[in-house]
Amino acid sequence: MPVDIDIDHVARLARIELSAEEKERLRAQLSLILEHAAKVGEVATADVPPTASAIPRPTVLRPDVPAPSLGAEEALAGAPEREGDRFRVPRIVEVE
Amino acid sequence: MSAGELCDLTASELRSRLVDGEVSPAEIVESCLRRIEAVEDRVRAFLTPTPDVARERAAAVAGLARTEESPVAGIPIALKDVLTTRGIRTTCGSRILERYVPPYDCTAWARLSAAGSILLGKTNCDEFAMGSSNENSAFGPVHNPWDLDAVPGGSSGGSAAAVAAGEAVWALGTDTGGSVRQPAALCGVVGLKPTYGLISRYGLIAFASSLDTVGTFTRSVRDAAMLLSVLAGRDPMDATSLEHPAPTYTAALTGDVRGLRVGVVREAFGEGVEPGVRSGVQAAIDRLERLGASVGEASLPHTDYALSAYYLIAPSEASSNLARYDGVRYGLRVPAEDSVQMMMRTRGAGFGPEVKRRIMLGTYALSAGYYEAYYAQAQKVRTLVIRDYERAFDAYDVLVSPTSPTTAFRIGERTDDPLAMYLSDVFTIPANLAGVPAISIPCGLDERGLPVGFQLTAPVLGEELLLRVADALERELAFDAVPELVRA
Repeated sequence: MPVDIDIDHVARLARIELSAEEKERLRAQLSLILEHAAKVGEVATADVPPTASAIPRPTVLRPDVPAPSLGAEEALAGAPEREGDRFRVPRIVEVE
Repeated sequence: MSAGELCDLTASELRSRLVDGEVSPAEIVESCLRRIEAVEDRVRAFLTPTPDVARERAAAVAGLARTEESPVAGIPIALKDVLTTRGIRTTCGSRILERYVPPYDCTAWARLSAAGSILLGKTNCDEFAMGSSNENSAFGPVHNPWDLDAVPGGSSGGSAAAVAAGEAVWALGTDTGGSVRQPAALCGVVGLKPTYGLISRYGLIAFASSLDTVGTFTRSVRDAAMLLSVLAGRDPMDATSLEHPAPTYTAALTGDVRGLRVGVVREAFGEGVEPGVRSGVQAAIDRLERLGASVGEASLPHTDYALSAYYLIAPSEASSNLARYDGVRYGLRVPAEDSVQMMMRTRGAGFGPEVKRRIMLGTYALSAGYYEAYYAQAQKVRTLVIRDYERAFDAYDVLVSPTSPTTAFRIGERTDDPLAMYLSDVFTIPANLAGVPAISIPCGLDERGLPVGFQLTAPVLGEELLLRVADALERELAFDAVPELVRA
């Protein structure tokens, strides 16, 4: 069964700007891939438990001991824009 | 140029010559650099070669290399460009990280470096390790040394091609659904994907965290064992790394497989498997029998479903992992009036088509209303795949199959058909879903002269057994073909 996808909605959730042409192509390709992927429903019956990780590990904790970490200059070295010791970003709060 | 140069030898051979004082690390490095100079404009395995770093290191590790303290000292290596290297650009084959210079080393490289390894450069790969042909690199495809019009496989195509062409003695890659084993098969080298968690992923730039592993490309199984002995072991920086004291894996290479039970995976011989692959793999199975192993038929009945589950689980995890590329702290930023617009434009401009496709697929599969039908169901299939292996390993010590249904295909042949491309990983994906170790070794050439890969799989943490069988078979097969490019 072909899957109908609201590409604009998914692109908004994924925070990716897409051209009209990209949206068209993705709508067709994702529909095809999902149709194939939906096969999982044929065997994933209610009595099969899900597995998130093949080799589960208990929650791993380390001793809470301070140790040297990345300095501010190194952490900021790749910043597209900075202001003093901070990352500079465009306006976050929406103004309507 | 001839195939007998230092850069064409195995690491174990070079190690003996280093210890005997016959060669120096500098001579090995210069041999690799000459080969890079000779073939790289045609192969394009590297994104960032580091000849100066290599020469400097060669001098610095000369003393250590003459001792028997470290199995990797004095041997040059190439690293897939998804592994972070302090002060050396790490792009993931993506425009979004084109100028990214990491402030830290990944653990895998930190361990090798401490043991006297020499970095030759960072290799080309599919963008964020998403692909099976290396055609998804933002910086152009890698060409297969056996046929320059063919793909090297992917996603670690640059690492595989570099080892096949003698541009590096060995290399690291990463394997999330077959990205070490499949290119190893297509390039005629040995590719090892260890048990999930055996090698730390700290500094492996994440794609799908429940599946990602660091793996090795080498010219022999013994070389893989040498590298693994240094790479394996618990790392406090990776919460998923296993508490498993790493043995000296070379000690397991006894050459003896008598009495071992080998299961041939029935599902891996269906339609879609090329005749040349089928006959090459069958011949290798016959050799195992001749060596005294008992061979029978095994079954992984959920193989087809594993492919479907993988293409839901991996994109879902990728959509979450790649959310970090937001144009704020590092990487590309495309300016805009407000932050959301800035993020959307940055990601729209910075990611290539396959990465966008997978992020969109994963975002959809995890979104409200669809999560149960796709992601949750795929996680159940993972349980079924694990049970398949448990059942198979009740009857057999190792499982064997082709690594990939085909040998190297033409550049451009599958780029318009994502589903056909995804099928090249159908035999490698189940091992990632189950976390078990697997290795691809070359078992011959097909009628076009392209290498065929033979895959062996062992239970969780069965690396010693896996390497023992692979090494014994490798000796028996004595595969010694080299690409025309290297002979010329």
